[in-house]
Amino acid sequence: MASDAISIPAPQVREKPWVDLLHEWVTTVDHKRLGILYIVYALVFLLLGGVEALIIRIQLMHSHNDFVSPQVFNRMFTMHGTTMIFFVVMPVLFGFANYLVPLMIGARDMAFPRLNAFSFWLSAFGGLLLYFSFVGGSGLYGAGNAPDIGWWAYAPLTARAFSPGHSSDYWTLALLVSGFGSIGTAINIIATILCLRCPGMKLNRMPLQVWLYLVMGSMVLIAITPLSAAQIMLLIDRYLGGHFFDAQAGGSAVLWMHFFWIFGHPEVYVLVIPAFGFLSEIIPVFSRKPIFGYPVMVAASIAIGFVSLSVWAHHMFTVGMNSYANSFFAITTMAVGVPTGIKIFNWIGTMWGGRIHFKVPMLFCIGFLFQFLIAGLTGIIQAAAPVDWQLSLSYFVVAHFHYVIVGGILFALFGAFYYWYPKITGRMLSETLGKWHFWLFLIGFHLTFDVMHIPGLLGMPRRIYTYEPDRGWDTLNLIISIGAFIQAIAILVFVWNLISSYFNGAKAGNDPWDAWTLEWSTSSPPPAYNFATVPVVASRRPLWDLKHPEDPDSQYE
Amino acid sequence: MACLIIAESSIFTIFVVAYLFYIGKSLTGPTPSEVLEVPIFSTICLLSSSITVHFAGRFLERNNRSMFLVLWSLTIVLGGLFLFGTGREWHRLIYDHGLTISTNLFGTTYYSLVGLHAFHVTAGLIMLSVVLIFGLAGRIDAEQSRRIDVLSLYWHFVDAVWIVVFTVVYIVGR
Repeated sequence: MASDAISIPAPQVREKPWVDLLHEWVTTVDHKRLGILYIVYALVFLLLGGVEALIIRIQLMHSHNDFVSPQVFNRMFTMHGTTMIFFVVMPVLFGFANYLVPLMIGARDMAFPRLNAFSFWLSAFGGLLLYFSFVGGSGLYGAGNAPDIGWWAYAPLTARAFSPGHSSDYWTLALLVSGFGSIGTAINIIATILCLRCPGMKLNRMPLQVWLYLVMGSMVLIAITPLSAAQIMLLIDRYLGGHFFDAQAGGSAVLWMHFFWIFGHPEVYVLVIPAFGFLSEIIPVFSRKPIFGYPVMVAASIAIGFVSLSVWAHHMFTVGMNSYANSFFAITTMAVGVPTGIKIFNWIGTMWGGRIHFKVPMLFCIGFLFQFLIAGLTGIIQAAAPVDWQLSLSYFVVAHFHYVIVGGILFALFGAFYYWYPKITGRMLSETLGKWHFWLFLIGFHLTFDVMHIPGLLGMPRRIYTYEPDRGWDTLNLIISIGAFIQAIAILVFVWNLISSYFNGAKAGNDPWDAWTLEWSTSSPPPAYNFATVPVVASRRPLWDLKHPEDPDSQYE
Repeated sequence: MACLIIAESSIFTIFVVAYLFYIGKSLTGPTPSEVLEVPIFSTICLLSSSITVHFAGRFLERNNRSMFLVLWSLTIVLGGLFLFGTGREWHRLIYDHGLTISTNLFGTTYYSLVGLHAFHVTAGLIMLSVVLIFGLAGRIDAEQSRRIDVLSLYWHFVDAVWIVVFTVVYIVGR
């Protein structure tokens, strides 16, 4: 277990010219560097997507606003959705997977390092392709700009007649390319977890984070590929004159909806499952207790993975399916709440009776627990088909899924940033700035997304460009927009914290949180080879065993 | 490779579902029963290539390199014959029956499903040929047999997909 880094005498480490450094980063196949590249890339897109969200919110601040034109507004919500899902949350999660999975299971690297680099660059160029549409989207026809088809890109909006120029093609190709990148990374994660565990790391001793990445990887294989297939069909329609989604020739627009949501709903779980992993690592450490109900947590994760593959058509209750389909999808949707509820109980069970340290990572996790619960409850409300007929396509839905993605996934991600930043950089993030970030973001979040439920209930449809003054939505929308700006300030505090702590933060040492998983046994940042000697583990908390040889976990498991 | 096969199966599933969904929904002709003939010969070729690739792997395990090369080349020839058969069929459909990918829904779904499969056969043939070149150069022996097994797993998968495509297109779809 003595797996500290080999120390290299100072004179051997020389400053390299920046060209060499750049070359090293571009050609790297090291899982830690690729992880950092993924994360930084996602942060850049987070800022871009955030600016788009602010433009949307300025436009909706009061009735009859004309801050942007309707066309630009359509582009903004399309790009905001696509960016946030595919080029922020997916890559940041893959980044953490890359960085953490080999360290947590005591491996030297991912199973296929070159495939890993290839997948990253595919995703990266996918993102560039999407944003190049601002420049190249008008194409030869001189029509269009960035895609304006919404992130679901329902047919027939994507048909040649309604989407001239190349904007939709950039959207399609960007998602196709980054989708292949995701599949490559998913294969890599699964192979790494199944084949490269260190001696003694049985499946039932893996950190829950690793289990959840295993579930996520498997879901990516099954859920992202339908999107790729549908994108290929869309390209055939647009370029070869096919009729898949062309209702004029007997094709079906509903088929696109099915294909999109067969991808789209599992995708939400692909995103949230690693977030569950962050919680399962952070909450025990800051409650000073091992996770409550480890086997049940694993079982619940796998159950969520399976059930979430059969809920997609709850996005389509208003399309007019028959009552059997409606009942089936309503029931499965409610059923997925059961394993999710088990998880929430287990996290609370972990905190119960623990000595809770209210450090910033823990604050974000507690925020997650409350908000994800509310997000789940509004989800159950909409799972009932008749209620959904009323609420579908309103701002209630927008509030609901932002509650999941911002209030849930993003809060867990911020927790993960504060928790693992010391490992990645060797320096602590500032606690003071972190608390400012947390409270500002919490206040902004609740101002925006709590209030957003109300115009939804009052009937405000999503994706409208502006609205009439006599609807009574003005004040509510103003509050929502103010909240959005408070969140933006919080994000700036966060970015400033990331940058300034990198240079001035307190030195972290190997194990600043007194944690229990393997990544904390090596130096911060870890050396290229991760562990000088291959670690051997005997329990779920290898570092606890190392620190407390008189009372090791392995006695009880 | 197993993971890749899961992912690929998922892609094929979507295309097969689209094909099944659109059977009989074309607004204009030609319809499958008018133009499709069951490609028995190329199907036999492709399915038997699965047997040859399997035994090629077994011979390699026992370090019998010449038999490995013979059976491996036979696999490539059989795969090539299958592709040739598909090409002939497409030629006939396009020039004799005027069915292209944009003619009707049958054309769209038929060419994309069969084409997606043919694309995988082509990719497989390229990989098999690369191995053959290395084999002729004397670089392949029993040490590589696990890697060769991974490739033959892919080839078996391509065959298995053809059984599904064959059933859907030529039996159910007609």
